[in-house]
Amino acid sequence: MRHTLAVMVENNPGVLARVAGLFSRRGYNIDSLAVGRTENPEVSRMTIVVEGDQRVLEQVTKQLHKLVDVIKISDVTTERYVDRELVMIKVSATPSQRGEIMQIADIFRARIVDLGAKSITLECTGNDGKINAFEESLRSYGIKELVRTGKIAMLRGIRYTGVQAQESE
Amino acid sequence: MKKSGAHILIECLQAEGVDTIFGYPGGQVLPIYDALYDADLRHILTRHEQGAAHAADGYARASGRPGVCLATSGPGATNLVTGIANAYMDSVPMVAITGQVPTSLLGRDSFQEADITGITLPITKHNYIVKDISELARTIREAFYIATTGRPGPVLIDIPKDVSAGQAYHEDPGPLYLPGYSPRLEPDTAQVARAVRAIEESERPVIYAGGGVISGLAHGELLRLAELLLAPVSTTLMGLGGFPGDHPLSVGMLGMHGSKYANYAICDCDLLIGVGVRFDDRVTGKLDEFAPGATVIHVDIDPAEIGKNVGVDIPVVGDVRTALQRILEKLQPRLATRWRDTILNWKKEYPIEFEANGRIKPQEVIREIYNVTGGNARITTEVGQHQMWAAQYYTYTRPRTFISSGGLGTMGFGLPAAIGVQVACPEETVIDIAGDGSIQMNIQEMQTAVNYKLPVKVAVMNNGYLGMVRQWQELFYNRRYSYTELQNPDFVKLAEAYGAAGIRVTKKSEVRPALEEALRIPGPVMIDFHIEREENVLPMVPPGEPINKMLG
Ligand SMILES: Cc1ncc(C[n+]2csc(CCOP(=O)(O)OP(=O)(O)O)c2C)c(N)n1
Ligand SMILES: [Mg+2]
Repeated sequence: MRHTLAVMVENNPGVLARVAGLFSRRGYNIDSLAVGRTENPEVSRMTIVVEGDQRVLEQVTKQLHKLVDVIKISDVTTERYVDRELVMIKVSATPSQRGEIMQIADIFRARIVDLGAKSITLECTGNDGKINAFEESLRSYGIKELVRTGKIAMLRGIRYTGVQAQESE
Repeated sequence: MKKSGAHILIECLQAEGVDTIFGYPGGQVLPIYDALYDADLRHILTRHEQGAAHAADGYARASGRPGVCLATSGPGATNLVTGIANAYMDSVPMVAITGQVPTSLLGRDSFQEADITGITLPITKHNYIVKDISELARTIREAFYIATTGRPGPVLIDIPKDVSAGQAYHEDPGPLYLPGYSPRLEPDTAQVARAVRAIEESERPVIYAGGGVISGLAHGELLRLAELLLAPVSTTLMGLGGFPGDHPLSVGMLGMHGSKYANYAICDCDLLIGVGVRFDDRVTGKLDEFAPGATVIHVDIDPAEIGKNVGVDIPVVGDVRTALQRILEKLQPRLATRWRDTILNWKKEYPIEFEANGRIKPQEVIREIYNVTGGNARITTEVGQHQMWAAQYYTYTRPRTFISSGGLGTMGFGLPAAIGVQVACPEETVIDIAGDGSIQMNIQEMQTAVNYKLPVKVAVMNNGYLGMVRQWQELFYNRRYSYTELQNPDFVKLAEAYGAAGIRVTKKSEVRPALEEALRIPGPVMIDFHIEREENVLPMVPPGEPINKMLG
């Protein structure tokens, strides 16, 4: 099964290498990984989607905890959460095809971010399923380039997984 | 007053209680060596950085205090790598300090630049590169704290030359703030209660004790627990000395070269109490037939060890000593008298033994070392057959008296480790039980022993083979001895060339007198024992087999 982990880490240089190295050396599979800063300038948040059974997940979590730079790990998959990913897709498009593509964009609430003579670049956010469907519906036009950010996730409601919030309350 | 980074480093080391460091100079540590020149801090110059790392490791294992080693950038730092990995695998507290090219040259493939923090990422508990002199004091304090608390391990600090040469005020960094690091010491009460119940219900308990008992100072509690239950205690290689080997409840080592009675006890027990262990594959053999009928209690400070290799029924995570105390406070055991008697019978029925003949048997040499020293020596080993015989035939009764490379199995560990042990225990007899192959991996450290008047004794079990590998070739590769026969130098002359004493022993009758003479000589001695060439280490569990299916 796939788990989405929110991993709060100290903003130290090398922390990404530590986490990535741990996954590769212990043979855990990362589906996606997204890193960025948080409400606390000293803390970054990694959203890691990892594939594995309960045993693997337990080992991943415990081994991550052993890294001195890792402050907190939450498996958001066990709770109610919202997740999003952003994709940019460049498709071949002759001027005559633009209309159709814009209709598809409309359906997925995607936006056109660039328009060339022979191409069109779209941006779309959503969960896994939506992004996959969006990609599928554009495939027939010829996808020239595609880039996904990897998933980020947040708990629903008042619950949070942040670090600073915890301390200041 | 402003001070150089190097001076700040030395003051910080002194503040951590460091009295000795093991190192080797070079360009990027010149400022540090300049500060060492008149510092009140003992520096031991080894002949190879690997020697410095193993010496720091031996020092730490013998004393319980963190070992410190120092090397220059690039090749100096990479020469430490095996020693750091060795300390990591055996959870030894160590701080390794490396010089680095100046920050302005970092990342440009500068002369003698190696990304040592990157290289040691998977073999350190944590590591640092200090790019700002204002971070130096805090980093050193953190490094020692992390190396010595929780599950101990090596921490590396990489210091660019402009930082060690730079000037700053040495300000106290204040209390540490490590939000991601807080080792759990106190075990969960509910799990302790479950463990207590399981122990009280057990009829055939076995205690499986490892290096965590020694590093966690839990040998006293372990002894009490065993005696309260009349439970047999088997130790791992790392745990030797954590339980008195001459105690009637001791069943010696378990696993691949463990005693038959220890392995039988594990296979027949209804409760396995693992204390400070990690269920290593050399211990468990075939995993699904390891302690098949047993409830498993696992006491360890590292939560990641729970369930890593073997399913655990009752995890007790915390400081091993505290955890055993909590269990002992609650325990109302019943004595496993019948079980104890079964074990005592097995001990009589399946003793660890070898066949004597006219030639020198390595097992006899080890026994003589025990007899001659009254069992009071600190023994280090290299890696191979001699290491296993040293584990089987010398009886260790106190913690920190058997010092051996367990997890990494590093040939070349024993001599530099013995030097570190002798520095930590200047009044004691320190003997490296060595193989003729292994000793040549760090033999240059004989010079270190001679220079610093460290009277370590090296007992070379000279079989003219990489014996352990030869044994596997004999048993599993049709006796095709592919590149395992050794042509050796004259070890006596070699010892003498270094300024040490050398003794050659080719007859059985000479074994004891040679050992006595070696102990009488005030300086380092190398004894070259010409032993039976194709002796095997038995019993042996063939790889992949359950541990009760033993050869020999
Ligand atoms: C650095 C290193 N290289 C290779 C090995 C593999 N190895 C394990 S035991 C052994 C033979 C050791 O020979 P020797 O020191 O003569 O000991 P003996 O087994 O003969 O007692 C070898 C090559 C190792 N453990 N360490
Ligand atoms: Mg040999």
